[in-house]
Amino acid sequence: MKAGVILKVAGKLLFARWKQTLIAAIGVTFSITMFIALLSFMVGLNELLDNMILNRIPHIRLYNEVMPSQHQPITLSKVHQRRYNFIRSVKSVASRQYIYNSIAIQNALQVDDRIKGIAPKISAQVFFHDGPIDITGVVEGIDIEKEQNLFHFREYIISGEPENLNTVGNSIILGKSLADKLQVSTGDVVRVTTASGTHFVMKLVGIFQSGLQDIDKIQSYTSLATARKILNKPNDYITDLQLQIKNIDDAAILSKEFSERFGTKTDDIKTSNAQFETGSFIRSLISYSVGITLLIVAGFGIYNILNMLIYEKMDTIAILKAIGFSGTNIKSIFLIIGLSIGLFGGSLGLLFGFLFSSLIDLIPFHTASLPTITTYPVSYNPIFYVIAISFSLITTYLAGWAPSRKASKVDPVLIIRGK
Amino acid sequence: MNEVVLEARHISKSFHDPVTLPILKDISFTIKKGEFVSITGKSGCGKSTLLYILSTMDTDYDGELFIEQENMKGKTENQLAYVRNAKIGFVFQFHYLIHEFTVIENVMLPGLKLGAHSEEEVRQRAIDQLRALDIHMLANKKANLISGGEKQRVAIARALINSPSIVLCDEPTGNLDKANSEVVFKIFKHLTRERQQTILVVTHDQEFAANTHRIIEMEDGKIVQK
Ligand SMILES: Nc1ncnc2c1ncn2[C@@H]1O[C@H](COP(=O)(O)OP(=O)(O)OP(=O)(O)O)[C@@H](O)[C@H]1O
Ligand SMILES: [Mg+2]
Repeated sequence: MKAGVILKVAGKLLFARWKQTLIAAIGVTFSITMFIALLSFMVGLNELLDNMILNRIPHIRLYNEVMPSQHQPITLSKVHQRRYNFIRSVKSVASRQYIYNSIAIQNALQVDDRIKGIAPKISAQVFFHDGPIDITGVVEGIDIEKEQNLFHFREYIISGEPENLNTVGNSIILGKSLADKLQVSTGDVVRVTTASGTHFVMKLVGIFQSGLQDIDKIQSYTSLATARKILNKPNDYITDLQLQIKNIDDAAILSKEFSERFGTKTDDIKTSNAQFETGSFIRSLISYSVGITLLIVAGFGIYNILNMLIYEKMDTIAILKAIGFSGTNIKSIFLIIGLSIGLFGGSLGLLFGFLFSSLIDLIPFHTASLPTITTYPVSYNPIFYVIAISFSLITTYLAGWAPSRKASKVDPVLIIRGK
Repeated sequence: MNEVVLEARHISKSFHDPVTLPILKDISFTIKKGEFVSITGKSGCGKSTLLYILSTMDTDYDGELFIEQENMKGKTENQLAYVRNAKIGFVFQFHYLIHEFTVIENVMLPGLKLGAHSEEEVRQRAIDQLRALDIHMLANKKANLISGGEKQRVAIARALINSPSIVLCDEPTGNLDKANSEVVFKIFKHLTRERQQTILVVTHDQEFAANTHRIIEMEDGKIVQK
């Protein structure tokens, strides 16, 4: 009953100056709209860039590196074990550049339910020949099927059929810049020399463009079988095992676990791409600070309208007090007015924010490096809307606080006397 | 009939702006239920000041104020707001109505605030009140669109909506012409006679005062004659 009266009085006062009230509300609407549009766009961009990396880089990579053994014979000797031993110029043995026991490791990983998928890979250094010129490059033997499942390989193919890797013998897919440099197109022949000096003639069955120049300039793909043939290696030869895991946040922990369990070196995406997250973080930070700045400006708008309203409605406040409204009641009335402006303006802002970000989503955006993207990226995460409306309510509450307090302190005697 | 509704005990007040100046000096009196009392005195003798103290809006005074035997000293702001809402009705010289509200909404407001009755009951009481004052046809008009005399009657209806123990008026006819003053006076007279409504009126109008039950004459912040 009492709450009803307070709402009713608040409503009447709100509509008494509806034009000014509307302008204050539009200020909130504008800032919430911009907040949502900005955040949706920035986060959309973040997700796009994330996917660019996440789709291409395995969450965890198992591999072996050429490096000197940790355990030199002297450390195994009982006599010298407890002493400090210094050995200079330790040399590595060049035999360990592949993963031992790769079949067994793959079988073990296959049944691990934290893992989404596994793709084996063979990496080899080669030279491509363009007349008398040699171009250094990398050829990677892949399982085209698994590569497609884990890294959406097909999305980057701009000409040719990647499946031909399996059916056409000695076939290869080149990066766009590399193919341009060699002046070849699909169906042409590419000459390759391995690190050990063997020459191969390979057939170009496709060209890919990853969007990362550094990769497109040197990278090429072939099937696992062809890669083994080029390198003259046995049937279980693999240099890398690429893993996609279900929860990317576990990457570092799993990486460590697998390293110990399988005795290989491991890389994980969190550690090797830490700077990437920093970029995302900065972009979000900018969006939030711009949004909040806009809201603070809108807050001052509300503060002004409430102050003006209170100044104009001194008489009304005095009467309300004279007929039995307490200071607390008066305060509630003006807080409700402020919050209503925030809620109304904020809700409209949510709507316009959504419309605005949908609009951004329609604007064409073509870039050579991202063949699958045709419009600006936008994220429609509902959390932005929750944050936006909470912020608008908090800001209007704070903006309404001081004026409401002032209203509650109005001395009716002074007002009535002043008439 | 002998129940004391309002009692002032040794009320004194000074203003300190710009120099300390005593305005009310040791004011004591009682008002019984059903009495129609007027306070008169020269301009500036402290009548309004006294009335604001009696209304509980001004709490800065010495002495004690009892409304229905309850001491108003030491009550919190919220408690005093309740007293004003439930036990006191106000009528000012400048018919203070809330202009955003219609006539009936103005009259209903203290009733809705009190919350003792449903909105429908309060509306019915408001209509009865307006009819008794012969202004029920104005019920749905905006409060700023009616005449001064009508406004004053609306203010009286509003003061009566919660059946207060006492109605306090500060020069209710000061702003009205002869005819309208007479209407207001008749209303007060009627209220005291028919409903035993206690009324305290501050007035300059000697004729008005002469017709009340009792006159409290003030001079320089003191009561000179009861
Ligand atoms: N806030 C204030 N500060 C200082 N002096 C004040 C204040 N309010 C009133 N006064 C003084 O107190 C005295 C009494 O004022 P009050 O309004 O009570 O007179 P009154 O009897 O109602 O006069 P009137 O018949 O003209 O309405 C006046 O001299 C006035 O100047
Ligand atoms: Mg006066």
